Amino acid sequence: MAERYSSFTPGGTGWFLQRVTAAFLVVVLAFHFFLLHFVNHAYEITFLGTQARMENIGYFLTMVLFLITATFHGVNGVYNALVNQGLEGTQKKVVLAVLVIASLALVAQGTYVALTMRGMI
Amino acid sequence: MSQSYNRGLIEDFGRWKEFSAGMWAWIFHKFTGWILIGYLFTHIAVLSTSIGAAGNEAAIANETDVYTTTLGGLEGLFLIRLLEVGLLAVAVFHILNGLRLLMVDLGIGLEAQDKSFYASLVLTGAITVASVPTFLTGVGI
Repeated sequence: MAERYSSFTPGGTGWFLQRVTAAFLVVVLAFHFFLLHFVNHAYEITFLGTQARMENIGYFLTMVLFLITATFHGVNGVYNALVNQGLEGTQKKVVLAVLVIASLALVAQGTYVALTMRGMI
Repeated sequence: MSQSYNRGLIEDFGRWKEFSAGMWAWIFHKFTGWILIGYLFTHIAVLSTSIGAAGNEAAIANETDVYTTTLGGLEGLFLIRLLEVGLLAVAVFHILNGLRLLMVDLGIGLEAQDKSFYASLVLTGAITVASVPTFLTGVGI
């Protein structure tokens, strides 16, 4: 077998979750782009229209799950890219801590925004 | 048994002239990934105007709330429309190459991994060009 040039441990949790979220994101990112640029045009978006979409519980939950999976996939990807560039030791721990805090803040803010769009806050 | 050894720096960009198709796919995937996660943070920041808009029923009904006017204002800028086309290109490539990577991980079509990279590039170009009219509707330079 050829050498593996990846910081992911094959079969590890990070490796697995990166691929599970990828499979989900492929579908949802394509749907998101299609819905908000081709079905509804971005320049026609209003709060009323957003609220109408978000009042559908299935759409709302999909968007929140989209936020969580995209944040994990993106930030985990960034972390592994940095590890591949030779990040190690204390620097590696600090970067991981900063990325985890940034991710939690993004998910919290995004969920709050989604709730305001749904009229729940 | 697996063996532990020092691989050194995995991506030595100083050797870019020696990169194969697979290495370029790897680099493009990483580059588009950085853009997409950067955009996600920006996207949530812009959408956060909904916090200020929520609850002001009169403004929402008149479409003069801060969310609607902010998004409308941004969409009125030619530069933003151009950046949206770029974002589409980045997202489409990341999706198509991501599908290719999932196939590679599953060991499907390994012998054609270079061809599928070129196919991802061509398809990204075609979808992006075909989307330009939609993305530039109703905006002046």
